Amino acid sequence: MTATVEPEVGKARLRKEDARLITGRTRWTDNLTVPGLLHLAFLRSPVAHARITAIDVEAARRKPGVIAVFTGRDLAEAQGSLPCAWPVTADQKAPPAPSLAVDQVNFAGEAVAVVVARGKAQAHDALEAIDVDYEDLPVVLDLAAAVADGADLVHPDLGTNKSAHWVFDSAEAGTGSDVEQAIAEAEVLVERTYRQQRLIPAFMEPRSVLVDPTGEQTTVWSATQIPHILRLMLALTTGTPEHKLRVIAPDVGGGFGGKLQVTPEEVVALVVATRLGKPVKWTESRSESLLSAHHGRDQLQKLTLAARRDGTVTGLKVELLADMGAYLRLVTPGVPILGAFMFNAIYKFPAYRFECTNVFTTKTPTDAYRGAGRPEATCAIERLMDELAAELGRDPIELREQNWIKHDEFPFTTVCGLEYDTGNYEAATAKAKEMFGYDQLRAEQRERRERGDTVQLGIGTSTFTEMCGLAPSRVLGSLSYGAGGWEHAAVRMLPSGKVEVVTGSSAHGQGHETAWSQIVADQLGVPFEDIEVLHGDTQSSPRGLDTYGSRSLTVGAMAVLKAGEKVIRKARRIAAHMMECAEDDLEFTAGKFTVKGTERATAITDVALAVFAAHDLPDGVEPSLDSEATFDPDNFSFPHGTHLCAVDVDTETGFVKIRKYVCVDDVGVVVNPIIVEGQVHGGLAQGLAQALYEEAVHDESGTLTTGTLADYLIPSAVDLPHFDTDRTETPATSNQLGVKGVGEAGTIASTPAVVNAVVDAVRHFGVNDIQMPCTPMRVWTAINGGPTDAGGLGTEAGGGLGSIDTSGGAA
Amino acid sequence: MIPAAFDYTAPSTVDDAVRALADAGEEAKVIAGGQSLIPVLRMRLAAPSTLIDIGRIPELRGIRDEGDALVIGATTTHYEIQRDPLVRSHALLLKAATDTVADPQVRHRGTFGGAIAHADPAGDLLAPVLALDAELVLHGLEGRRTVAAADFFVDYFTTALRQDELLVAVRVPKHTGWGAHYEKFNRVAQAWSIVAVAAAVRIADGVIAEARVGLTNMSAVPVRATAVEAALVGQPATPEAIKAAAAHAADGTSPTADGNADTAYREHLARVLTSRAITAATGV
Ligand SMILES: Cc1cc2nc3c(=O)[nH]c(=O)nc-3n(C[C@H](O)[C@H](O)[C@H](O)COP(=O)(O)OP(=O)(O)OC[C@H]3O[C@@H](n4cnc5c(N)ncnc54)[C@H](O)[C@@H]3O)c2cc1C
Repeated sequence: MTATVEPEVGKARLRKEDARLITGRTRWTDNLTVPGLLHLAFLRSPVAHARITAIDVEAARRKPGVIAVFTGRDLAEAQGSLPCAWPVTADQKAPPAPSLAVDQVNFAGEAVAVVVARGKAQAHDALEAIDVDYEDLPVVLDLAAAVADGADLVHPDLGTNKSAHWVFDSAEAGTGSDVEQAIAEAEVLVERTYRQQRLIPAFMEPRSVLVDPTGEQTTVWSATQIPHILRLMLALTTGTPEHKLRVIAPDVGGGFGGKLQVTPEEVVALVVATRLGKPVKWTESRSESLLSAHHGRDQLQKLTLAARRDGTVTGLKVELLADMGAYLRLVTPGVPILGAFMFNAIYKFPAYRFECTNVFTTKTPTDAYRGAGRPEATCAIERLMDELAAELGRDPIELREQNWIKHDEFPFTTVCGLEYDTGNYEAATAKAKEMFGYDQLRAEQRERRERGDTVQLGIGTSTFTEMCGLAPSRVLGSLSYGAGGWEHAAVRMLPSGKVEVVTGSSAHGQGHETAWSQIVADQLGVPFEDIEVLHGDTQSSPRGLDTYGSRSLTVGAMAVLKAGEKVIRKARRIAAHMMECAEDDLEFTAGKFTVKGTERATAITDVALAVFAAHDLPDGVEPSLDSEATFDPDNFSFPHGTHLCAVDVDTETGFVKIRKYVCVDDVGVVVNPIIVEGQVHGGLAQGLAQALYEEAVHDESGTLTTGTLADYLIPSAVDLPHFDTDRTETPATSNQLGVKGVGEAGTIASTPAVVNAVVDAVRHFGVNDIQMPCTPMRVWTAINGGPTDAGGLGTEAGGGLGSIDTSGGAA
Repeated sequence: MIPAAFDYTAPSTVDDAVRALADAGEEAKVIAGGQSLIPVLRMRLAAPSTLIDIGRIPELRGIRDEGDALVIGATTTHYEIQRDPLVRSHALLLKAATDTVADPQVRHRGTFGGAIAHADPAGDLLAPVLALDAELVLHGLEGRRTVAAADFFVDYFTTALRQDELLVAVRVPKHTGWGAHYEKFNRVAQAWSIVAVAAAVRIADGVIAEARVGLTNMSAVPVRATAVEAALVGQPATPEAIKAAAAHAADGTSPTADGNADTAYREHLARVLTSRAITAATGV
C-alpha cells in the first residue's frame, strides 16, 4: 500500500551535494577555463583617502604577457556607477561609485587599475610596475566625528557625510504611543551606547569571476549568491543588453551576504572582456577578500529603554549611526533599516522610536552580512533586557517573560506594525532552561562568587525572534527597495518519469538540492533520487531573486510547490482521460491517480510518458505537464528561540571560555533536521565569533590592520563549545508548509547570549558592559576598573604572521 | 597572491647548499618547511631571486643522542619533535612548546630550524631553546661555528646567521628528569602567542634546585626571566614561593603593544603565566 510510504519531509537525509562540495571536486568558478583565457589583477589603493594626481601604466604595459592595462579614467564611461538598489529615503545622498577609482580613492583597498595578462602570475607581476601618485586627503574613520559639525568630508561634493536619515516613530505611524512621553514618565531608564563592531563575512571560497564574450550571449560565471540580480544589474550598469548576458553561479562556496553584491571586479571583468573581445578571469586572494569585499555590521547604537519599577517595559528609543563605508553598494543603506523592525523583538513595547543616520567613512563599504540589521538589533535589545534585570535585581529570564508576547496572544501586531503569526516563547524557554540546568548553574555561580573563585561563572540569555523570508513585495515597495521579493520555480516531468525542478533560489551551501527534492518527492510521489534541482544559471532558471535573508525555503520552495500543483492539475485531466473517468473521481496520493473506491490507478510518471507520446490527449490539451509558478509571500516568517550560554571567565587573564551553550530554536516545520542543525551550528559559530573574536580594525591612517586570517580571528572547531541544540515546532501560518527560516537564526541569537554571560560573570566587579569582541584584554581591563574597549588600534606589530608586513618580513 | 618569479634549487648536501647560497648572493633565500616564508612570498613582502630548498638534505634531518646533549637537525619537523622519545626524556620543554604550535598541517611541514632561523618574537620555540641553553650550529663558506642561543637572537626577525650560512643543527643540553611546561596565551587555538612562558625545573628533596624560564613575545627577542630563576632556586616548590618569584617575570622586558595586548597587560600576563608555568612544571 502506498500509504505506508514514509514522508520525505522531516527525514534526516544526508545532503545530495555533500560529496562534491566537501571534496571540492566540482565546478567552482576558479576551476573553470575557456580557450584563450586572459587573467586580471587589480591594483588597489594603499591609502584610505587621496586624490590620484598621476597614474603611469606604461612600464606595466611593457611587462611580459601583458595585453592591456586600464585605469579608472580609461573605463570611466563604460563602467558606469555600481548599483545601489535601496535608496532608503527620497533625499538620500550617494556619490558615484566607479568600479575603478577615477581621480580619487575613498578607502584603502579600492581598485585603481587593472592589468590583463596571459598568465595570472604575469598579471600580478605587472601590478608592481604601475606608478600612482596619491595626494592625501584627510581620513574619516570615526562615526561620531564624521557627523559632527566641521567634519572632514569623504565626498566633499555631497557637502556632508550623512547619506540618509531614516525614522520610524510608533506615535507617528499610529502603531503605538509616544516614546518621549514614555521616557518622561519612566520609573526606570536604562541608557546605553553599544558598538556593533565591523565584521568581515570571510566566506570560504574567494570571489571569482570569468567572463566569456565570444559567444552570441556573453557568459559571466561568478561566485555569487545572486546570478539573477547580477544579470539585470550588469545590464543596467554597463548598458549591455540584458538578453545578451547569461550569468552562471556554479557551485559557490559560501556567501553569508558577502556575495549578495554586484562587485567592481564583476563589472570590470565584463567591460574589459567586451572591450578586448576575449575571455578574462579574476580570482581574489584571501587578503584581497578581507580588504575589499564588503564588510558587515558597524553601528553605534544609542539606546534608551523606559520601564516601570515592576519590570514592565514602557518605551524604547533607538538612535543609530550606521557606517556605510565609502560607497553605497547593492543594499548598504537598507541593512540598518531592516533592523528597525527588530529592536522591539518579542516584547510588548507600547512606544518605540527608531532613528538611523547612514554615514560615509573612508573605509571599505559595508553591506549585508548574515542577519543584516537584525543581529545588531537583537544584540542591543537582549543586552538591554539583561541590564534592566540587573538594575531591578530581577532574574533576566523572568523579566523577559513578564514582557514578551504570550503564546495565546498570537497573531500579534507589534509596535512596528509587523504581524507575528505564531510563536511560543514559553515552550522554547522552558525547554532550554531544563537542558541548561539553569537553576543549578545559578546556584554554582553564587557559590563561586562567594568563594572568590578566580574563575567566575556567567550566564547569558537571549530570547530572540527575527523576521525572515524576505520578502512580501509590497513591504519592500513601502521601504523603497528597488525590486520585489517573490521567487520563481518550474517543475518539468521528463518522459522517463524523472523530474527536473528549476528554482530561482541560488544555493551556495544551504542544501536546496536536497530539501527541494524532499519536498517534491512528497508532493509528486516520485523517489527522492529521481529529482534533479537546477539552479544558478539564467539560461536554465531564467527567473529568480536568489538566496539571502533566509528566504529560500519560505519563498523559493513555495514557488516550487505552486508549480508542482499545476503539474498535478494538468496530469489529473490527462489521467482522467486515460482512465475514462471524471477528474473529480480521481484522488492523487503517493504519485498515483486512483479512481475513488477502486483499485484502478495511473502513476503520474505514466501520465508523463503518455504526454510525451501525445498520441491520445483530451481535446485542447497541450502535450506537456511542465509548469511554472511565481510566489510572493503575504508576510515574513518569525522564527524564534531561547539561547542560554554559560562562560567561565578567568579573572586573572580575562580569558573567556564558553562552558555550555544551549539553544532551543523554533523554526516551524522542519524539512530536513540535519540541514537545520548544520545551519544552526554555523550560525552560532559566526554569532559567537562576533561576541568574542572577530573585528575588522583600522589604524589611524585608515589601513585595515586585520588584513590576514592571522589577525582577523575566525574561531575554529577547537575554540567552539559543544552545542546542545533542540527545537520546538510552532508551524508558521504564513506559508503552506508551516516553515520559517533558519539560515540566520544562530547568528542573530547567539551574540548577545555570550556577551550577557561575560558581563554577568564580572558584574560584581562593577562591570556593566564590555565592548565586542570581548577580548581577554578588554575583559581584564574592565574587571580592573578600566575602559570597556581596551585595545583596538595597535601601534606596533606584536609578532606572528600578521605582523610581518611592518617588519619587512623574513626578507 | 602569487609570489614573484624565482629560481629554485634543491641541493642534496650542506656543502652544495652553502655554495648555492653564496653563488646566488644577497637575493637568495633558504626555504625549509615554507610555513613562514611562503606567506611572506605570497604577500610579496620579499621577492628573492633564488630559493634554495634544504628539504632534501638527509644530514639535516633527525635527532641524535650525543651523550650530554641532543642534536636536532634543522629540518626536523615539529611533528617529529612531538613524537620523539629522546626529546620526551631529555628535553620535555621542547615537546611541550611544539605541541602548541599551529595545527597538524603546519606541524607536518614546518621545521625546528626554520622556526628558529625565522626568529619571530611570537614564535613558540625560541624561548624553550633559550631556556634550555641550547647552541646553534651554523655552517657557511668558512665552515662551522657554534653560537649560544643567548647570542643568536639579535633583534626582531634578526639572527646571528650570515648570508652564506645555514642553521644545520641545534644542540640541546639534556635536561633529563626535569619538570617542564609551556604556558601559551592566545585568543584562538591556531594563533601565535600573545605571551607565553617556557619553564623547566629540577626538584631535589622538595626544593627547587634549578630553574629555567624563557619568555615568548615579551621583547623583540626571546628573553630569560633571570630574576625569576634566581628567586626560585633553593625555594620549596609551594604556590606561595612560586607566586613570589613569578612577580619578577616582567622585570627587564620591553614588550610591544598591539591590538591584542598593550604593554601593561603583557607584563601582567607574563607574571600570571609564569606562575602557572612553573606550577605545572613542578607538578604542585
Ligand atoms: C597557519 C600557521 C600557524 C602558525 N602558528 C605558529 C605558532 O602558533 N607558533 C609558532 O611558533 N609558529 C607558528 N607558525 C610558524 C611555523 O612554526 C613555521 O614552521 C616556522 O616558523 C618556520 O619553519 P619553516 O620550516 O616552515 O621555515 P620556512 O618558512 O621555510 O623559513 C622561514 C625562514 O627561515 C629561514 N630558514 C629556514 N630554515 C633555515 C635554515 N636551516 N638555515 C637558515 N635559514 C633558514 C628561511 O630562509 C626563512 O627566512 C605557524 C605557521 C602557519 C602557516
